[in-house]
Amino acid sequence: MTGLLKEISERLQQGDDEKVSALTGRAMEEKIPPKEILECGLIGGMNVIGKKYKAHEIFLPQVLLAAKAMYAGMELLKPMFIKEGMPTMGKVVIGSVQGDLHDIGKNLVGIMLKGAGFDVIDLGNDVPPERFVETAKREDATVIGMSALLTTTMPVMQRTVDLIKEEGLSARIKTIIGGAPVSEEFAQRIGADAYGYDSTNAVESVKRLLGAKTQ
Amino acid sequence: MRQIIEIPAGDVKLSRTDVLKTQGIPPGNEPPEKVKRLLHGATDIFLEFSQPKGIISDISIPEFADIYYGEGLNEKRTPLGKIFKKASRLALFALTIGEKVSQKIDELFGTNEFALGSMLDSMASVGTDTVADSMQDYFLNLLKKRGEITPSTGTLRFSPGYCGWHMSGQKKLFAFLHPEDIGIFLLDSFLMKPLKSISGVMVAGEKDIFIFEDSYPFCSSCKTHSCRDRIRKLFGKSKPNSKKGMV
Repeated sequence: MTGLLKEISERLQQGDDEKVSALTGRAMEEKIPPKEILECGLIGGMNVIGKKYKAHEIFLPQVLLAAKAMYAGMELLKPMFIKEGMPTMGKVVIGSVQGDLHDIGKNLVGIMLKGAGFDVIDLGNDVPPERFVETAKREDATVIGMSALLTTTMPVMQRTVDLIKEEGLSARIKTIIGGAPVSEEFAQRIGADAYGYDSTNAVESVKRLLGAKTQ
Repeated sequence: MRQIIEIPAGDVKLSRTDVLKTQGIPPGNEPPEKVKRLLHGATDIFLEFSQPKGIISDISIPEFADIYYGEGLNEKRTPLGKIFKKASRLALFALTIGEKVSQKIDELFGTNEFALGSMLDSMASVGTDTVADSMQDYFLNLLKKRGEITPSTGTLRFSPGYCGWHMSGQKKLFAFLHPEDIGIFLLDSFLMKPLKSISGVMVAGEKDIFIFEDSYPFCSSCKTHSCRDRIRKLFGKSKPNSKKGMV
């Protein structure tokens, strides 16, 4: 890795969005391939952040400051990928399930997934099962992530998983669920493929799911 | 008695420790400078955009029984199911810090200000709880003024969606209390809008009636067990928030 990419990664870890933006611009001027800037500088920095967060060395606000810095760099890189599209780890559709308007948890998962290099389609909140499945089919997404903060809306997760099965899409589209009242046990009971207990764990689970899918 | 209470945002005494705890920063950990700046920024926005207000209304035990049993979806055994029958006084309540803070949170996330948005969200949640504590104190003072309490009287609040009281209990609660008068509306999912709102019942009675074990079947899926703290406070520690600002 060049010194410049290392500096991008380090500044990102410090949550210095202005510096990350400036350094990304400089890396582009120096003709470093955009894919390398993205993977080694930006995603590389976010990976370190994810590990530090998991090890309780840093806290959520620092993760989110780093994410903002990552987005600042990505904004500059985006036009470079217009022809071939942004390199992606995979496409994930996320949303808070029908009847649920809480979306902070889901937003955090989306931010972390993007930080890890996934293409994220955020459907917002109050999302019915049909919309999750239709969007995943149309966008050729391989994972649907559902969030619920209310026990009363948890059955919508079950309905979505059932709909995927009914349409014969279980092999193509994997599901992950999360949210305060949700548990690993509930995920297993409804036949979801994974449970994410927090945003970083959700990213790891999605990576695992996609790894398993491609094997 | 049915009263609407407005609380100046500046009188909502937010616990810094609680806000940071919601952000995953354990008590005793000194946050880095950048996090402190976020905390200050979120406080400024909270003070500017929150509009705390509440509504409280006396209710008799038989009237509350109808609301509590609601749509018939509660757990069979609940702490509140036992406690409210032994109460000396009950009051329904609903409160909110308003819609503007939630809009501001969305706006911050929309402009990639994730850390500030998340900090403000934590602050808004803690702020809403703090307003609920203030209202609970207000209720106790009201009973004191009316001469309806003894030195061993305590109050505890319960909300639909918690401790076995099904969310659908909101339906009859809203029909009785009409929180729409302070801008709180019930959605089909029994969620309230604004999101940062709390509704429920305040129970006053001999402190002993509030003692219960967290061993109900639904307690195993509870991630907070905050009932323990609230019962402990009832029997000793003074509450951290101020009653100032009640009008």
